[in-house]
Amino acid sequence: MQRLRFVLIFLLLLIPIAIHAEVKEYKLNNSLKVLIIEDHKAPLATFQIWYRVGSRNESTGKTGLSHLLEHMMFKGTPEYGSKAFSKIVQKNGGIDNAFTTKDYTMYYQIMASNRIGLSIELEADRMTNLIMDPKETIAERSVVMEERRLRYEDDPQNSLYEEVMAAAFKVHPYRWPVIGWMSDLASIEREDLYNHYKTYYSPDNAVIVVAGDIRPGDEIEKIRASFGQIPPCPPKRPLTSKETEQMGERRIYLKREAELPYILIGYHTPSFPDEDSYALDVLGMVLSGGKSARLYKSIVYEKKLALYAYADYSGLHNDPYLFFFAATAAPGKDITDVENALYAEIEKIKKEPPSGHEVQKAKNQVEASFIMGQDSIYIQAMRIGTFEMLGGWQLMEKYLDGIRRVTPEDVQRVAKKYLNEDNRTAGILIPTKGRSEK
Amino acid sequence: MRSEKLKDIKLSTIDYRLFLSLLLFTVYCLLSTDVHALDVKRTVLPNGLTVLHSERHNLPIVMVTLFVKASPLDEPDDKAGLANLTAELLTEGTKRRRAADISDEIEFIGASLDASTGSDYISVTLSILKKDVEKGFDLFSDVLLNPVFPQEELDRKRELIKGSLRQREEDPSFLAERAFKKEVFGEHPYGRLVEGTVETIGKINREDLRRFHSDYYLPNNSILSVVGDLTSDELNSLIKRYLGTWYKGSIPVGKKNGITELKAKKVIKIDRDLTQANIVLGHLGISRDNPDYYAVSIMNYILGGGGFSSRLMQSIRDEMGLAYDVHSFFVSNKEHGVFQAGVQTRNESANTAIDEILKQMRRIRTESVTDHELSDAKTYLTGSFPRRLDTNRKIADFLASGEFYNLGPDYIERYPDYINSVTKEDVLRVARKYLDPERLVVVVVANQSKANIKIE
Repeated sequence: MQRLRFVLIFLLLLIPIAIHAEVKEYKLNNSLKVLIIEDHKAPLATFQIWYRVGSRNESTGKTGLSHLLEHMMFKGTPEYGSKAFSKIVQKNGGIDNAFTTKDYTMYYQIMASNRIGLSIELEADRMTNLIMDPKETIAERSVVMEERRLRYEDDPQNSLYEEVMAAAFKVHPYRWPVIGWMSDLASIEREDLYNHYKTYYSPDNAVIVVAGDIRPGDEIEKIRASFGQIPPCPPKRPLTSKETEQMGERRIYLKREAELPYILIGYHTPSFPDEDSYALDVLGMVLSGGKSARLYKSIVYEKKLALYAYADYSGLHNDPYLFFFAATAAPGKDITDVENALYAEIEKIKKEPPSGHEVQKAKNQVEASFIMGQDSIYIQAMRIGTFEMLGGWQLMEKYLDGIRRVTPEDVQRVAKKYLNEDNRTAGILIPTKGRSEK
Repeated sequence: MRSEKLKDIKLSTIDYRLFLSLLLFTVYCLLSTDVHALDVKRTVLPNGLTVLHSERHNLPIVMVTLFVKASPLDEPDDKAGLANLTAELLTEGTKRRRAADISDEIEFIGASLDASTGSDYISVTLSILKKDVEKGFDLFSDVLLNPVFPQEELDRKRELIKGSLRQREEDPSFLAERAFKKEVFGEHPYGRLVEGTVETIGKINREDLRRFHSDYYLPNNSILSVVGDLTSDELNSLIKRYLGTWYKGSIPVGKKNGITELKAKKVIKIDRDLTQANIVLGHLGISRDNPDYYAVSIMNYILGGGGFSSRLMQSIRDEMGLAYDVHSFFVSNKEHGVFQAGVQTRNESANTAIDEILKQMRRIRTESVTDHELSDAKTYLTGSFPRRLDTNRKIADFLASGEFYNLGPDYIERYPDYINSVTKEDVLRVARKYLDPERLVVVVVANQSKANIKIE
């Protein structure tokens, strides 16, 4: 069997601390990639399997498929029986969960390191042997509808998020929510799910990340034994949708029962590892990296216009995504004033680059968060997996490097380039039925 | 006032005494014998501060947690929210620093310094890189010892709290939870939000904050827990240097917070334009020092605490497909506790979900759990324990909490025995004793005309 092995230890000149742990990389014959981090600080390990499938791989009429499939993955195989997965993990003292994003789906367990073999067996089994009983599929569909009611239908600010996404993207599947539209959920059949499963759940479309109190040499043998015989699938059709350039502001209003007006704005931006992504990330932190950052200081603290105000560059996506601004108006304040205050901050940075202090602060925050992240095996594995989904875990080093190179002028330049009226979608939540304070 | 209480020992002048105290009071507790042993040193300083320290040199970080018994339990009822406002304003101005300086200094080094308010204590936490630990302790001690509670910061924070209370009205689970606590605990501080109400925080002035701080923020009323890349010598010198002027004082006599047990079932309906009914039901539970705590943990794991392994999840989510989330839990605090179950389901299924929860409560009170259920609960609770200690941050918080609730220095070693000694008979006994389906508080936030709640 072919075995690739990279051992990379990063010795950084400026920071005498390893910013992330050593990663051992393997690839099985069926193209399954395995990344292992050895960390003996606690007698635990986490096993994560990442599939390159998310709502990005769905189509109109069948949105929510990937997420519903994630739910079905807990419903059992002939080997372990119906709904047994989590029970087995739990009685072995572990926890397990999963989540679905627009770009990928991730399953994980955290358990005593001497039981992590169980994760390997269970995950290998459900990669190919899911039963997907039709009756259970229908029941789980209603569970996801309840989840949708909980997260979106009854949450005014999240509802606005759905509206803004649907307006900002007209071509790319980022326009629909991961959980799917309600009527699509109602129409998803067992067959849809099963096809989705057989298309995307295969070793060539997955990456395993293991971190913790384990020996890579032992774990890779177990992984090879359990996953090695699973055949790869034919190549997936690549997603070809490309969002067209936005030429003019889009505005959304959402009127519903709520307490306070809320604004959410998205500007189209490229994603990592685009050369502009580093400066955009620093821009996000200069604006919103804590209470000392500009938006809080100006809009919440000094002008007292909003209860909170934030900016967020979401650059860790497979395709170009958005740079967000959001704010909840303080009671009695006009949302138009809040919106104008946000734009004023944007104009300020376009006119004058941020200070060296502000940019250095952002860089320090990134470095510190990478070091502190190593406190948790779960977060370490998450980081590796996230970058792997974007093209390779080694990109993490590229990311850190890119951040270190950002200058105040870069930050000003990307603000000028992307944060423009014609490139934005602004959504405003207008509360109806104003209730008096209780 | 502060000056009257400062007759006690002055730490900074007694280096030798500090040294002596280390010899006298330090207890080394080797908490486990394997390679992952957690070595914790417990010291009580002459000023009364309890210090817990675990050296962990695997990463160049230091995690600090300070608990101060200055919670809503200690504030006057008509100034509810005082404890929280005091904690929130620690980082908003000191004798040496303005609010903006504090946040800028801490954020510049990628660290965090936060104060938050729980039911039984407030906590101040610092997460910092080893190389910045001097700076971190400087800031930590400054906000702890020298806050000045500027009037404009008080006004600003008060408005933000009022605004956030208003905004949370959008959240059905917040509405349900608030109504539920109020009904279960009545006038006891556990029955209200730590933030207080718009009315009570309106009455709080700077003098209240200063007095509350000087009355309760005392070393002999606090627990300091430090975990990470720091030796004992380094920690001792940091404490000497930055907490050396923290003086012992007399803690005001605690006030009595009475709780009246509910006599009959009570149903509260809150009408909102929602697609789901948000249901919370339950009643008083047990305090943390109740010896039945472990049997209750197992019983609740089986009933509704054990995620997909729990009966509520299996029936209401897996079999009936009625909800995404259904759970039950016991929160056990110092003076009392609460049992509550919760579920969100579309308005039309509200009655069915409530009936099923009641059915499961009755069942666990009448039939013994199976051997499998008992043993699965035990292997989960004991097997997952190390996960509660798998980061320096978690260890720091855990040590402080173990000290606060008097769990004993060998708690980590003994926990498996506490769990494994529970029998099926114990589970049945505590279910009968601590679950009462006939005297529940039931709160339903829903579109009431669609939910059409039957229970009375």
